[in-house]
Amino acid sequence: MDSAVAFLTSKIPFLASLPFWVVAFLVMLVVALVILGFALTYEGIATYIERKVAADIQVRIGPNRVGPNGWFQFIADGVKLLMKEDLIPAKADKFLFVLAPYLVFVGSFAAFVVVPFGISLIAADLNIGVYYVMAVTSLVVIGILLAGWGSNNKWALLGGMRAAAQIVSYEVPVGMALLPAVILAGSLSLQEIIRSQGGYLGIFGWNIFHNPFTFFSFFLYFTAALAETNRTPFDIPEAESELVAGYHVEYSGIRFAFFFMAEYGDMFVVCALAAALYLGGWQVPFVDVSGLSPLLANLLSLGVFLAKVIALILVMMWVRWTLPRLRVDQLMRMSWKYLVPLTFVNVLGVSVWVLAFDGKGIPALVMSLLGR
Amino acid sequence: MIRVKKVSRPKEIPLTEKLYLVEIAKGLAVTMNHFLKNLTNPRSIPTIDYPEVKRPVPPRFRGRHRLTKRPDGTPKCVACYCCATACPAVCITIEAGEHPDPQIEKYPVRFDIDMLRCIYCGMCVDACPEDAIRMDTGWYTVPERNREDLVYTIDMLLSD
Repeated sequence: MDSAVAFLTSKIPFLASLPFWVVAFLVMLVVALVILGFALTYEGIATYIERKVAADIQVRIGPNRVGPNGWFQFIADGVKLLMKEDLIPAKADKFLFVLAPYLVFVGSFAAFVVVPFGISLIAADLNIGVYYVMAVTSLVVIGILLAGWGSNNKWALLGGMRAAAQIVSYEVPVGMALLPAVILAGSLSLQEIIRSQGGYLGIFGWNIFHNPFTFFSFFLYFTAALAETNRTPFDIPEAESELVAGYHVEYSGIRFAFFFMAEYGDMFVVCALAAALYLGGWQVPFVDVSGLSPLLANLLSLGVFLAKVIALILVMMWVRWTLPRLRVDQLMRMSWKYLVPLTFVNVLGVSVWVLAFDGKGIPALVMSLLGR
Repeated sequence: MIRVKKVSRPKEIPLTEKLYLVEIAKGLAVTMNHFLKNLTNPRSIPTIDYPEVKRPVPPRFRGRHRLTKRPDGTPKCVACYCCATACPAVCITIEAGEHPDPQIEKYPVRFDIDMLRCIYCGMCVDACPEDAIRMDTGWYTVPERNREDLVYTIDMLLSD
């Protein structure tokens, strides 16, 4: 932030006459707008892709009316949601009902701040990046609870309670499954963790190939993250066969769209985290990005990062349209009896591995055996 | 007396199924197969783009009615009320008039079919002694905005 402000004031003399906080605020505004624009575009396209993936898996055609091959379907959907009547149930707690969608959206959108899009494309490289994401996405629970409670509807209440129980339970394995990568890099900053995965090993420098524990850790994280984003097979908070639509059953129009965007935003954030912590983030295999010119390096790393994230999102969609929903008790058992112990074992295993092999992974050990 | 039928069940679920992991992988393989097949070859999807492409109807399909005509363009119908009598849904209303040709006796002044009542059973076609009413248009009844528009008159029935 300071460096960006200093750069701007040195280039544009007019800005130098303004106080520091004004320029800083302007920079923040611009960055926020850029990320918001990216997030909204991504969410729109993701809904289209999800519908197409679902259609292909179920041997259907999917949206094909608006624009070539239905590509502008998300714009039509957005316009429809904007034009719809904004309905607030008569007996709802009006304040909480209105507040809830914003809380949910803010919770998922604020996590975009530390998403490392490229070698220097990051809104704020916080030194507690991983922790920040965990903390901020927890805000979503409060929003969902408020939505469930404020709607004054039995399904919404049940859905909100289920969502709260589910997300709080799965925070534990998610946090524990992220720890191995943090231990290996010795830092909570996402950029720092990604930088530690580069080098001459190419894709084998990624944390997922570091040792068996990190390999399992990635899958455990992905499973727990699926549950945290309330997606099938863990979508009991909005199980349509029993709860109609769960916590957002009473919402319509743009307020519903906020919940919808938050879900897709959450998907992006957890996939970005998985890519950054275990799949090398923006590291291009066998290419040292930091040696290239800044523009090329950023474009290349952005492309690689987005490719990884989108691949993971497609896997999420694939899983969603394959597996049936878990029961509530199965969901809780899965978290507390399997995921939590397994992630703890993984954390222990990685710690012992780091102590025993001086932080070197299997690929590095193999290379040193081969004499490099 | 209630009889109980004993159904043999597998005593133990094999470990591979208990773990779910293998079964999940199998399921994912099935959907991935579908996905790749339909992504690379969308033509294999049996869906028909309805308003542009219509499904071919079989030759004996009972669709919307039509009234057949004589060579001179007048309706073949002699207003004998056979179809109205045979109709189980009571949807045909006929009003007879005197035909100028004494050989024919009658012709329909009014011939209305209430498509909202019609059940497409085809009994009117079977009952007709003159082959004056047929259901071979291959059309479904199109929706309308009010009920009156769905009572088809003689002009509409003669036009196709």
